[in-house]
Parts: sequence; structure tokens; C-alpha cells
Amino acid sequence: MYYFCKVQVDSACACRFAINEQKQQNSITEEQDVSLTIIQKKDFNDFVSRMMPDYRVVGPVAHNGGFAFGDILEPGELRIDYPTTILPPKKYLLPQKEEILRFNRKNGATVEPPPEPQPTVILGVHTCDVHGIQLLDKVFSTGHVDPNYVNRRTKSLIVSIECLTPCDEHSFCKSMGTLTADEGYDLHLTDLGEEYAVDTGSDAGKMLLEKYAKAKKADQADIQRLNAVIGEKWPKFPYRLDFDVSDLPSILGLSMKSPLWEELGERCLACAACTNVCPTCFCFDVKDEIELDLKSGQRVRIWDSCQLDDFATVAGGHNFRQSRALRQRHRFMRKGKYILDAHKYLGCVGCGRCARACLVDITPVNVFNELHRQQEVGS
Amino acid sequence: MLMTENVPTLTTEDAEHELYLPELLRIAKVEQVTAMEKLFTIELPEGKPLGHRPGQFVSVSILGVGEAPISISSSPSRSNGFFELCVRKAGDVTAALHNLKAGDYIGVRGPFGRGFPVEKFRGKDMLFVPGGLGLAPLRSLINQVIDERAQFGRVIILYGARNPSELLFKDELKLWSESSDIECHVTVDRGDDNWTGNTGVVTTLFKKIDIYPRNTIGATCGPPVMYRFVLMEFIGKGLSEGNIYLSLERKMKCGIGKCGHCQINNVYACQSGPVFPYSEIKGLEEAL
Repeated sequence: MYYFCKVQVDSACACRFAINEQKQQNSITEEQDVSLTIIQKKDFNDFVSRMMPDYRVVGPVAHNGGFAFGDILEPGELRIDYPTTILPPKKYLLPQKEEILRFNRKNGATVEPPPEPQPTVILGVHTCDVHGIQLLDKVFSTGHVDPNYVNRRTKSLIVSIECLTPCDEHSFCKSMGTLTADEGYDLHLTDLGEEYAVDTGSDAGKMLLEKYAKAKKADQADIQRLNAVIGEKWPKFPYRLDFDVSDLPSILGLSMKSPLWEELGERCLACAACTNVCPTCFCFDVKDEIELDLKSGQRVRIWDSCQLDDFATVAGGHNFRQSRALRQRHRFMRKGKYILDAHKYLGCVGCGRCARACLVDITPVNVFNELHRQQEVGS
Repeated sequence: MLMTENVPTLTTEDAEHELYLPELLRIAKVEQVTAMEKLFTIELPEGKPLGHRPGQFVSVSILGVGEAPISISSSPSRSNGFFELCVRKAGDVTAALHNLKAGDYIGVRGPFGRGFPVEKFRGKDMLFVPGGLGLAPLRSLINQVIDERAQFGRVIILYGARNPSELLFKDELKLWSESSDIECHVTVDRGDDNWTGNTGVVTTLFKKIDIYPRNTIGATCGPPVMYRFVLMEFIGKGLSEGNIYLSLERKMKCGIGKCGHCQINNVYACQSGPVFPYSEIKGLEEAL
């Protein structure tokens, strides 16, 4: 979302936003704003209703006293003002359990690909999760191009929303440079009070608007209001890392032998909650499920976790990451270094879900800040 | 967060639709090698070669049970429309595989991974150090070298197993031992009443050989505990780190660099390995 051209932000802003700021040196004129549209909030439910015959529509709904991404059967269920969810919308692109082939063992055994996924609109995606999905796109298209992920992803439209207030004390999106996104969505909404400003990020997004929405082109006054809303937003979000995120990979690179890992290993319960709720964790196990006829069945991939005891255990019994300390180190190294080395994306988007889920208060903010502190002291 | 400005655009045309679909291949022959290991000869359709290089692996499926990575035991130089897998009964999939017989079908994906760079080895002396089941993948390379014998210098094999009954490929060991242009030494940790050969771990065989380190390639594969000790011997003999090749075992589920199980720090063993020159993994905390 890049309409906050005249907004001044804290000088120590994360690098992604700094790039955006430079982009916005030129003030935006109405002529250039071809992709900015206004949808009245009172018309938004109709927009959702009209797409429902053609798409599976999912988004945040109230659930067990909190919020969760779920199927939208009535537009009124949509709670686009949600603070956060336990599970990220990743589950629609990389489901917890996903068929990767079906087989039949009858004489002359057969294997077939899984059925085609349903076209889906994912509504209300926060920008941290937009960044998470961009990382998954890169992971599943680098080297071997994963057919299951690509099939789901190319049939999914992402309607994201600009966060205007922090979800809670655990999110650190501003430090991670994910407090906004200027790509990775088909449509991007900003709440202006009575209406949404809608930025179009793709041809598919344009189609969605034209086909289903009652919308008007934004005028200069709309742009000014948008800039004002965005301007008010940024100071509300604190920086939680004590250093610039661009230093994170090198901090981790020097932390392989930090005593912190042993400390985390002693606290960690190896429950895998952190990886299960993470928008960028993509490791999976593969299992066969067979029907009662003992002939037909399916091969599924299910979310797995590097925090579980047997994640790296081979059939002979040797475990290559036996201690919880080594497994915690592996997790944080992936988030801040390994994934970046391989894919040019940081493996952490600052959503804070793992911190909320952890039973023993292991949080990425504390871990990263502590490693930084150890190195400051060391030098 | 993106640290560069390249955003992928995904299209279904790029997707590898067959990526997770195994090809169903017929088992041509099953031989009991030891109490724990069987050798499976797998038939390739229309006699085409598997197209593998020594050190690579395939993912073997038993539909309804699961999939497991198995290193290819036969040499590309002996393809003839078949390939061989020497499999220890160790988990669910390998146990199910052991129940199959000639004429049954298995699913196969691959070959996957990086094997031995054989072309770099031509003209060099070859020092093979397999331990236990580690002979299964190394046999592929050993037999290619033997089949192209004139293109290599000396061929030395130091093989160790726990006891005489666990020695693999006894016929081939005999052939290698009797061959005038192969130096083959075999040891067992513990002998039995009939054993007249060497006893002791595989590293005890190093004192039997004298090598020219600057022209020697060391290749080893065995149980995880073995590598450190074999490395010390290689380095003690003066081999350079770039001339020492190790085939590393890891848990693997997908074989294509996604599922995460085989990661050694930031390296996916199924893609960058399983064969690594020591110079590449020396700095990796979790490699050995």
C-alpha cells in the first residue's frame, strides 16, 4: 500500500519502509491513482455476497472468544476488524493435511494426482501474513515447483487489509518491516471510517472489483484522507527490536555457540505450538492413509515441526538434532538467517503468533534482542 | 520481509505435476543378502537407464504404507534396464518392502540428490571406506570405477562390518580381494569361530595401506558415528579436504528440498547432498 507519500515516520524505520518512502518522493496525483478505488462499508457485504457463488470465500470470523480464519457463509460473519488469529491464512495454501496423491492397490496398481482445489478468495489478510505468503510462494517455486501449492495459490485471491492499530504486545511487524505491503495482494483495503480505500494489486483483483463490487474511483479528497489515516497509524506501532532488522542475519550468524540456546532448551517443552501457528513454517511429513478395503487410499502431507523429538531421526534410530537446545537454535536460525540465505526473504514476519502460543514465554523479540545484547557485551 | 526486489509470479504451467507421483516399477528379483538386508533388482520400463549417478537415491513407495529414501546400489555402467537397491529392514516402509517378492510392484520417484562427481575422479587413486550398510551406496561408485578401470589409478577398498554375518556382497568382496588391480581389506568388529580375517573397527585398516595423498580421492559412507574417525584417518594420511567425499544419511520425506527433515543447518541434504566434499560441510555445525 503506497499512498502515504507525504507521511513522515520515525527515522529508524525498517528497511522495507525506507524503500517505500523513497518511492514516494513524487506526490501522487489523481491521474496516477488509477488503481485506488473506494467501496462504501455499507456496500461491502454485497461485494462479498456477489463473489460467493463463484468462490469459496474465507476470512476472519469470531471463534471461541477470539478470531479464526474460516469459511464465510454469511457476509455478516466476516470480522475484518479482527486483531489477530491463532492460525494464519497459510492453511488455505498449505493445509494442515493435504492429499498429494490417491492410489489404488488393486491388481495393476494406480496413482493419480489429487483433485483440483477450489477457487478461493481470502479476505482480511494482515500485511504480516501477506509477507508470509510471499515467502511461501518463493519456497514452493524455487528449485522444484510444487504442484499442490502452486495449484492452490494460483486459484486464490488475496484481499488484504492495512493494520491501523497494533494487535497486541507480541506483534513486532514494524521492526520486521511488515507493517505494510506494496505487493503480494490482489486487493488491499484501508479502513477510512465509513468506507474502504481499495488498492488494486493485480489483474485478478481488478476483475474482482469490476465484477462484484459497487465502487467508485478515488478522488483527491479520498487520497488526502487515506494519507491522514496512514500518517496517524505509524506512530501507534512501537519498534520492539533493539537493532535494525537488517542486522539480524549477521547477529544470528555469530550466535551458533551462544549459551542462550541451552537456556531455551531447558525451558522448551517441545510442544511445537510455535511452528504450528507460524505463517512461514512449511516443513511437512508425508503419510499414507488407506481405506478399510485395504486397496484405495491417499498419500497426505501434514504439517510437521522441527521442534518435535523425532523430526530428524532416521530409521536406524539416530537423531541428528537430539536436544531441544539444538532444535530451538534451528528454528530461530531458520527464521532469521537460513531461509533468508536460501530465498532472500526473512523467515519471520513479526506477527507474534509463536510468542502468544508459547507456554514458557519463549519469544522471538526476547531471543533476538538477547543475542544482540550478548554480542554488544562481547564486543 | 523481502530483502531483494524479485517477486515470484506463480503460474500453473511451471508446476511439476508429476513431482509427488511415483512411477510403478516391477521387482525382477529379490535376494537375501544378510539376515537384515535384501537386494532388490528393479526393472525399468522399456529397458531405459535410470539415469543416475553413483551416490544418488530414489524415494521408494509402498502404497498404503509410505515412502522412504533408498540409495541406489548398482552402477550406472551396469544398467541393462535394471537397477538395484540394497535395503535393511529398519522402518515401516522397508519392512513392507521386505515382504514383497519378484513380480510385485513398488513406486519409485527420482533419482534425487547430488551423487559423486565421477568425472573429477578420473586419473586419481580411489580410496573407498564403507562401513556396514554404507557399502550399498559406495558399491555403485566402486563398480563404475572397476568397469572403467583404465581411467583410474589405484583402487583401495577398506570395508568394515560388525560381524562376519553382516558383511554385504560377499561374492563381490571375494572378487575384489582376488583381483590383482584392487587392494581390498575387510575387517569385522567381532569375529566368529570361522573368521580368520582382520578384527577391529574399519579405521584399523588404514595402517595396512600406503597412499599418495595428493593424487587420492577418499570416499566414505557408514553409520553416523563412523565419520569423525574416518575423517581423522583421511586427514592423517594427508588427503586434502576437497578430495574427501562423504555420503551423509538424513531423514527425508519429499526428496525435493521442501519438507525440511534433511536440513543440516541451512543445507538441504536431499538437494546439495547426500554426497558432500568435506570442504563444503566442514563449517556446518550439524553435519558430523
